[in-house]
Amino acid sequence: MAPCVSDLASVAAFWCPQRNLDMNDLLAARSQMAMSLGFHIIFAVVGMGMPALMVISEWRWYRTRDPVMLDLAKRWAKGTAILFAVGAVSGTVLSFELGLLWPTFMKHAGPVVSMPFSLEGFAFFTEAIFLGIYLYAWKRISAVAHLAAGVVVAISGALSGAFVVCANAWMNAPTGFTMTNGVLSDVDPIAAMFNDAAPAEVLHMMLAAYAATAAMVAGIHAYALLRGTLRPAFHRAAVQTALFVAVPAVLLQPLSGDFSARDVAKRQPMKFAALDAHLRTGPAGLVIGGWVDEKTLTTRGAIEIPGAVSAVLHFDRNASIPGLDAVPVTDRPPAGIVHVAFQIMVGCGMALAFVGAWGVWRIWRRRRGHGVPLPADRKYLLALVATSPLGFIAIEAGWTVTEVGRQPWIVQDFMRVSEAVTPMPGLVIPFLGFTLLYMGLAAIVTYLLWRQILKTGVRPLRGDAPAISATTEYNVRR
Amino acid sequence: MIPTLPDFVAGTMVLSITVYVLLAGADFGGGVWDLLATGPRKDEQRALIANAIGPVWEANHVWLILVVVMLFSCFPAAFAHLSTELHVPLTLMLVGVVLRGSAFTFRAYDRDDDIVQQRWGLIFSIASVITPVLLGMCVGTVAAGNIPLHDSAEAAVIAAPTFVARFVSPWWRLFPISVGVLTLTLFSLLAATYLTVEAQEPDTREGFRTRALGATVAVAVAALVAAVLAHSDAPLVFAALTRGARAIVLLSATLLFALTAIVSLWKRWFQLARVAVAAEASFIVWGWAWSQYPFMLPPTHTIESLAAPRSTLLWVMGTLIAGTLILLPSFFYLFRIFKRGEALEIEH
Repeated sequence: MAPCVSDLASVAAFWCPQRNLDMNDLLAARSQMAMSLGFHIIFAVVGMGMPALMVISEWRWYRTRDPVMLDLAKRWAKGTAILFAVGAVSGTVLSFELGLLWPTFMKHAGPVVSMPFSLEGFAFFTEAIFLGIYLYAWKRISAVAHLAAGVVVAISGALSGAFVVCANAWMNAPTGFTMTNGVLSDVDPIAAMFNDAAPAEVLHMMLAAYAATAAMVAGIHAYALLRGTLRPAFHRAAVQTALFVAVPAVLLQPLSGDFSARDVAKRQPMKFAALDAHLRTGPAGLVIGGWVDEKTLTTRGAIEIPGAVSAVLHFDRNASIPGLDAVPVTDRPPAGIVHVAFQIMVGCGMALAFVGAWGVWRIWRRRRGHGVPLPADRKYLLALVATSPLGFIAIEAGWTVTEVGRQPWIVQDFMRVSEAVTPMPGLVIPFLGFTLLYMGLAAIVTYLLWRQILKTGVRPLRGDAPAISATTEYNVRR
Repeated sequence: MIPTLPDFVAGTMVLSITVYVLLAGADFGGGVWDLLATGPRKDEQRALIANAIGPVWEANHVWLILVVVMLFSCFPAAFAHLSTELHVPLTLMLVGVVLRGSAFTFRAYDRDDDIVQQRWGLIFSIASVITPVLLGMCVGTVAAGNIPLHDSAEAAVIAAPTFVARFVSPWWRLFPISVGVLTLTLFSLLAATYLTVEAQEPDTREGFRTRALGATVAVAVAALVAAVLAHSDAPLVFAALTRGARAIVLLSATLLFALTAIVSLWKRWFQLARVAVAAEASFIVWGWAWSQYPFMLPPTHTIESLAAPRSTLLWVMGTLIAGTLILLPSFFYLFRIFKRGEALEIEH
């Protein structure tokens, strides 16, 4: 083992020639953190959204005794079990990576952000305990107790997400401490938890979690209805339950986004300048599309509505808003990435909100006896399938906005990312290792979820029809 | 010596580690016995292990996260130091954590074919072997004082060491490795003994009784080897474990419970054996903690010197007490549902 490790070190030295060592290690550390967070967040979001869907479905079964609703809750619970396990282990990796990659950050920030992390620990604990009960105790406890366990999972899942976002919000709006000559004093963990950025971030993330999960679930079951299934009632109930969660979330999200954007403009002007591609201080227009050249401070290929952002923020088209040029080059976030990520997030959110509004309109028409029932409404089903991944894409893009937009700071205006990184060399190796590991996990999770979906009686992609219906019927009975 | 607030926090962390060892340790041990399942009843053995771990492993696993959160909240300098110097073994351990948890779940939800099940089972069980060894190695490295924390003034004087000297040599040594092996044998002992209580069929129960008896011998040998190695490789640990009244009390308590475990396994008093091995494992953990006290990072840094500001310690302890009031009843509920000795019905 020892010679093997020194081989790794020489590989590391090869990858990171001495003069560039620091820079490459910093980049590798950032990449590993981004990859780990980007991977984990999908499972964390599902851990917030799926329990809500399961509980609603089980509640409907409890009230109506419709076996389809119970079947739905059980089927969703299986998918959730797979996703939750991967979320639990990738979350463990993250709690260690805070120190493995950013020890200097944790050395200073640890005591200040202790509250949200401790509370998150307990919320996650509760979630894990009651999810174990929910998944395995269908026949061991009463129906009410089982439903109550599901409610506890849904609430603690939502809380644990909210607490983690509070910790992240502190990095954007650090408070609850005094820093003199690099030494922390007057640490107030409660003030740090309830920092100014927390309300907007928590609200935006919670809505995003419900919207993304429910839109994905609606899309999967809409696909089953489109493709043909032996169990239309099952999939119809699934789409309806998912839309019951998704529609309010996607319609409220633009309002929450407006709240968030105003908050960022006030607190992190450079992040705001980057996301809007507002490069020079002055009246800010709404920049749609385009690529920012950070060296020349120009944007290519964009459509700009002059004064629009100033008008929205300050009700004055000519109000001056700080641009990227307001700070030295070393303090600017990479506006190109942030602007593109912001456009992707807003675009996805708009598309989802449109499909949500369409859904409301459909129901309004159906109530008046117009239109066709959901399983026959191919256009709407197609729209649900087409927009199903957009919530997750928006989440990834949104986190890119908030994290890359804070660069070069790890704690806004207090500590730079480059000051926080570990002195351990050769970080490209753990980065590549975890990337490969997570790619493997993603492929397997996708395969296992697909198996679960096939068991609900969807016609598979290949094979001749009669043989398939026999298989699916067999699977349905299992 | 009067315990201070940081002492209480550190004591709570030791308790949390103890619970982690008793619960999650047994889940890892289950993976070891999955790997070593043999004979005509190996499928029954594997099924029993899977049923015992399934509903509880995720909750059991959170005790480790709790320790990590407490460490970075209340002893941030220690967390920063440990995660820097032990970067390599901790990263490898994390790979083990990921593979153990996901392979176990994937096995439960993948096809029932033998080949598919065996493939996941192999990943699950190998990860269950490697992870405890690495965990023990990290503990051994800290206890031996192999990664002393230098103040920045001292660190500037010390010449920059090579990669291997700084990031590999401190833990890739005989004593840390022996602690890793001891951890593995201890986890296996816990699992085998718990499984004698949970087994429904007499043959399976006998199988785990034999395994538990074997594991007690393995634990004894591993502990002895670690003690001998400590003499030359970890004099700090050796000195702490051989001198003074507290060392004698802890060692004799460990021995007493170890003997109780052997006798009760031999006599088939499985309920008593379960209590005895749990007590034995707890005393081993406490022996380690006590051997370090009052140091958190031997040989220089005490618990007191590494503690976060008082306000943080108070809030974290307050949260912990409030959280425990919710957590303990929940845990009792979980274990009452799943550990009352009925076979578990899992639908795929």
